[in-house]
Amino acid sequence: MLAYTLKRLLAGIITVWFIATATFIAMHNVPGDPLMNDKAVTAEIRKNLERKYGLDKPVTEQYFIFMKNMLSGDFGISFTQQNRQVNDIIRDHFPVSATLGVLAIIFAAAGGILWGALTAIYRNRLPDIIIMFLVILGISVPGFVFAALGQLLLVNINSLVGYSMIPVAGWGTFMHMIMPALVLGLGTMALLTRLMRSSMLEVVNEDYIKTAKAKGLSPTRIFFRHQLRNAILPVITVLGPQIAAITTGGFVVELVFAIPGLGRYFVQAVQQLDYTVIMGTTVFYGAFLVLMVIIVDILYGFVDPRVRLQ
Amino acid sequence: MNMTPDFSRAEHSISVEQISRPSLSYWQDAWIRLKKSTRALISLYIVIALGLFTLIGPLIWQVDPALQDLNQISQPPSFARSAILVGPFEREETLIDPNHPEEPAEYPDVIPAPQGLRVVGDATTQHIRIAWEPVDGAGGYAIYRNTHEPEGLNDLGLPLGNTMTGNEISYDDRLSLNQQDYYYSIVSTDGFDESDAYTTLKVSPAAAITKTEAIQRGLLEPDSDAAFGDEVQLEFHPLGTDYLGRDMLARLMEGARVSLFIGICAPFLYVLFGILYGGFAGYFGGGVDSTLMRFADFVVALPFLLFMILFKIAFGIGPGESGIMPMLIAMVLLSWPGTARLVRGQVLQIRNNGYIEAARLLGAKDHYLIIRHILPNTMGVILVTLTFAVPAAIFTEAFLSFIGMGVAPPTPSWGSMCNEGVKTMLSHPHELIFPAAFISITVLAFNLLGDGLTEALDSRMRSRE
Repeated sequence: MLAYTLKRLLAGIITVWFIATATFIAMHNVPGDPLMNDKAVTAEIRKNLERKYGLDKPVTEQYFIFMKNMLSGDFGISFTQQNRQVNDIIRDHFPVSATLGVLAIIFAAAGGILWGALTAIYRNRLPDIIIMFLVILGISVPGFVFAALGQLLLVNINSLVGYSMIPVAGWGTFMHMIMPALVLGLGTMALLTRLMRSSMLEVVNEDYIKTAKAKGLSPTRIFFRHQLRNAILPVITVLGPQIAAITTGGFVVELVFAIPGLGRYFVQAVQQLDYTVIMGTTVFYGAFLVLMVIIVDILYGFVDPRVRLQ
Repeated sequence: MNMTPDFSRAEHSISVEQISRPSLSYWQDAWIRLKKSTRALISLYIVIALGLFTLIGPLIWQVDPALQDLNQISQPPSFARSAILVGPFEREETLIDPNHPEEPAEYPDVIPAPQGLRVVGDATTQHIRIAWEPVDGAGGYAIYRNTHEPEGLNDLGLPLGNTMTGNEISYDDRLSLNQQDYYYSIVSTDGFDESDAYTTLKVSPAAAITKTEAIQRGLLEPDSDAAFGDEVQLEFHPLGTDYLGRDMLARLMEGARVSLFIGICAPFLYVLFGILYGGFAGYFGGGVDSTLMRFADFVVALPFLLFMILFKIAFGIGPGESGIMPMLIAMVLLSWPGTARLVRGQVLQIRNNGYIEAARLLGAKDHYLIIRHILPNTMGVILVTLTFAVPAAIFTEAFLSFIGMGVAPPTPSWGSMCNEGVKTMLSHPHELIFPAAFISITVLAFNLLGDGLTEALDSRMRSRE
């Protein structure tokens, strides 16, 4: 298990290096540069500015400086936000995105497992048909439509209650988080429900369920102990990539609900060609996602003893 | 003795062994299975209909999607195609009841609402005149207009104006009237304060247009001899117009071209690349395989949306370009490893099958094996992947265009139309609903078709029956 973990971590580090390099190459091919935004800079000032930010050096040297700084955990200073460290931006805004993402994942996983199990119990009967119809809707309707509809719903709820019970936008209290997390988790929940349903139906036909029935276990015990536990395993495997999808998919929700998360800053940085912020954010996100996938894979080993034996 | 044989050899009139059903190829069989699933079949028809909408639609509906008409901003969907030609507005004297005092001698505590609310003359979108009976004790009237039936005193809607004397009993409304129902409410006032009672009248104005405007908008020839009261054909916007007065239907068709182009071309290209890459790795195996696949693993690990945005801007958009190509290239660069992995797995599996070995023994060359045996056997899986890749690509395009990182305006795409529509979601919902519905229906159809294809092509499914 330890060897496996170490191997995964090493592969993860190489992956992060690859992400950083790809980001660097992509960034340096972008037409224009961050200094272009300033009004009529004279050649001399421009030279000084380039020297200050290290833009006058050859690209390979810039790359090594970037890598060296990154290894020491320093992503540099933002080009557009005066005297603001990229680290500070990440530190200030990532927790917001992470909170939103964790809430969304919890909601999606809990909902997906619950609905998936329900549809499997009521297979081909009304609850199954209704839930699967909603699932197809959840997969087919784009997230930003849900975000807009969610806001509309909040407006109606608030006007019904008579005061602003659940804020329509912004960030701060738990009340602010409910609707964005629901909207963000909806697509993933639909996917997980589908997966859970097929996984449940596959497990029902397994021999150990027959054995359990044959030895006279109660249906509830068979359901929870044997069927549900085994059916959850495939759901856990896709949770890693889904965390990735949710954390980066937060842009839209953050934009629509005016949440000061990292996604919104990334979009803003891209529009302003803020090199350091873009590179810092991408590498940070990439490292985070790689780590999440590794953690989920290792956790999977704990949940499923069969994996540990291999 | 002439012996005739009392038996003769029986003729085979029935062939004993007969193949009762014709032999089916893999694809014929798959097609029969697909036809059994109603859902898959309906989604196939929807996909075909969408294709027709995109390709043939613009030939039938020849309206310029970029044509702005600032006179018709954010019109809701309507089927009204004609309007009555009217003359220029001529101010008429306000109706005054000569038998009624301008101001009552004494204001009562409670002033009742006016009665006999009615429309005077024709109610058109150019001009509505309403009139009412004077009220004893009123020193004036306040006129309100709403687009729905008022639910109370706080819901009378837009305050249009006041009459300043108790005997002025009509009001001319010319304030941006559309062809829809209006609810006029009249409240009596004592000159300053309004009473608590109101009466409401529902008015449905007829579409009307002045001759000058009709000529300006090109609906009439400048030297036309059309008389007032004639009907004029208006521009027809069956799905309404957007915030710049552009025809929604034409824009949806134009947007469908962009969205479906990206949605179909990008998956096609990256699946093709994935087949080549994965097939190469899988067929040759060994060191080539592990090196190629290690690289694919790295590409998979790139955060997809972040890199979509990065690559898209790295390829750059010049002025006047739509940014479709950069998006296409970025999508291909980031999405191929999925197919490559899948195809490699398939090829590895097929490579070890007996028939490949047999063909090799018979002297088949590599290229013959690949083209004749391996590729056809992976086609099923590839087709399913392709079907599921289309909705994913459409979603990505819509998502990027929605956050303003996708197709550059003025080129419409369903995603950017949603982006524009969401801003006026409450007042003009049709601007969001139509593009969003098109995205949803397309994605739904391709997803269901993918499900149907999986069932039709998956060999595991057959053995289960």
